[in-house]
Amino acid sequence: MTTLYTSDHEWLSIEGDVATIGITDFAQAQLGDVVFVELPQVGRALKKTEAAAVVESVKAASDVYAPITGEVVEVNQAIVDEPALVNTDAGGKAWFFKLKIADKSELGGLMDEAAYKAHTA
Amino acid sequence: MAEPVATPASPLKRTPLYALHVSLGGKMVPFAGYEMPVQYAPGVLKEHLHTRAAAGLFDVSHMGQVAVVPKSGTVADAAAALERLVPQDIIGIPPGRQRYAQFTNAEGGILDDLMVANFGEHLVLVVNAACKDADIQLLRDGLSGVCDVQPLADRALLALQGPKAASVLAKFCADAEAMRFMDAGPRNVDGLTCYVSRSGYTGEDGYEVSVPADKAEQLAEALLSDKDVLPIGLGARDSLRLEAGLCLYGHDIDTATTPVEAALEWSVQKVRRSGGARAGGFPGAGKILAQFDSGAARRRVGLKPEGRAPVREGATLFATADSAEPIGKVTSGGFGPTLNAPVAMGYVPTALSALDTVLFADVRGQRLPLRVAATPFVPNTYKR
Repeated sequence: MTTLYTSDHEWLSIEGDVATIGITDFAQAQLGDVVFVELPQVGRALKKTEAAAVVESVKAASDVYAPITGEVVEVNQAIVDEPALVNTDAGGKAWFFKLKIADKSELGGLMDEAAYKAHTA
Repeated sequence: MAEPVATPASPLKRTPLYALHVSLGGKMVPFAGYEMPVQYAPGVLKEHLHTRAAAGLFDVSHMGQVAVVPKSGTVADAAAALERLVPQDIIGIPPGRQRYAQFTNAEGGILDDLMVANFGEHLVLVVNAACKDADIQLLRDGLSGVCDVQPLADRALLALQGPKAASVLAKFCADAEAMRFMDAGPRNVDGLTCYVSRSGYTGEDGYEVSVPADKAEQLAEALLSDKDVLPIGLGARDSLRLEAGLCLYGHDIDTATTPVEAALEWSVQKVRRSGGARAGGFPGAGKILAQFDSGAARRRVGLKPEGRAPVREGATLFATADSAEPIGKVTSGGFGPTLNAPVAMGYVPTALSALDTVLFADVRGQRLPLRVAATPFVPNTYKR
């Protein structure tokens, strides 16, 4: 299993054909207390960089973008029911959605953990 | 994901408590030309909840404090002059009391909202930071000859709000407990001569304390040393006032909204309305008094989204899920931590302003239902 990152603070956990996607701990700290999450519908086809989900803090709404092209195969109802989970476990239990990867070559443009750490340093 | 942007183009001002905010871990952001703490380590949610449970300390020194001093030495002259600029009964404010007021323009719109206190021999006004310079000019232009307009530039302003505010302030100010909501005047706080009012912007019991700038840090630290007090940022200040149904100038009220449309009729005392002894005589009186007599076409109302999604400022309102014509707009909206639900305020046609009327807001292309609701959303706890 590989974990990759985007420059706008999302993580992807790749296992075979499926990428589990969430926002990083850095992102949740910047956002503040999360009060609402809107996830894409299962079955939706997303293009890389397309707005896929919405995460809202007390003060503002932020878009979460599809880091790669793919089809939504599962969404995490847990963060819809309990938005605060995004603050307490952004990198784990608070994943947003899973995509069936359409084009593995898109992964080449993403950062590994070391590069992401440098990016947020 | 999208990153919030905040890059000031010109140097930001700082209040006397800037260093303290930074040392307390404040996340500093630009607001009304000042560098202000939007939150501290606990975050907006916890700071909001703490204020309603105990006591929150806010730095509101960015706001303008202005003394309006009658040249005659008689405060009634200053009050009469100020009545030329506001629709409120200022002459009738007893010494030691304050009232909520608005500066109006020729179209009956609101230039700013403010507090006016009668300090016995002069008036003390507190105005919004963003309008401070314009308000001082307005006062000077409008009151010249009758009053000296003296900005109190070397004073800080602290707000202590919440159910524990009274018991905390009592330890520093012997007279605090005896004050009633909207009492205002000089008091000795922590050995300092301060101007204290029992009022605020949260819907909770609390006080606002004006202190000399060079003593502000001392007073703030003294209050923060109390176990019940936490520093609170502007993020929670906004969610608290929204739950209290209070207007934010530039958002819920502006030059295009009259006090009647803004549901602020209660602040216009009878003596200034048609038939009153000092009816009119303020900018826009014709339009405003006509609205008192015949009603206004639209009204500011509370709005409660039916789902979990916040409905924010700028969202267009519709009468049905599929109607083409917008009927109004959301002017403030967000999440209410005490209610654990989204809340909003906006303008709707008076015909659609009855409580529980269901309307629809456009949020990201979807029509989300919301209901007209009474404000405040959270009951006030003023000590009247």
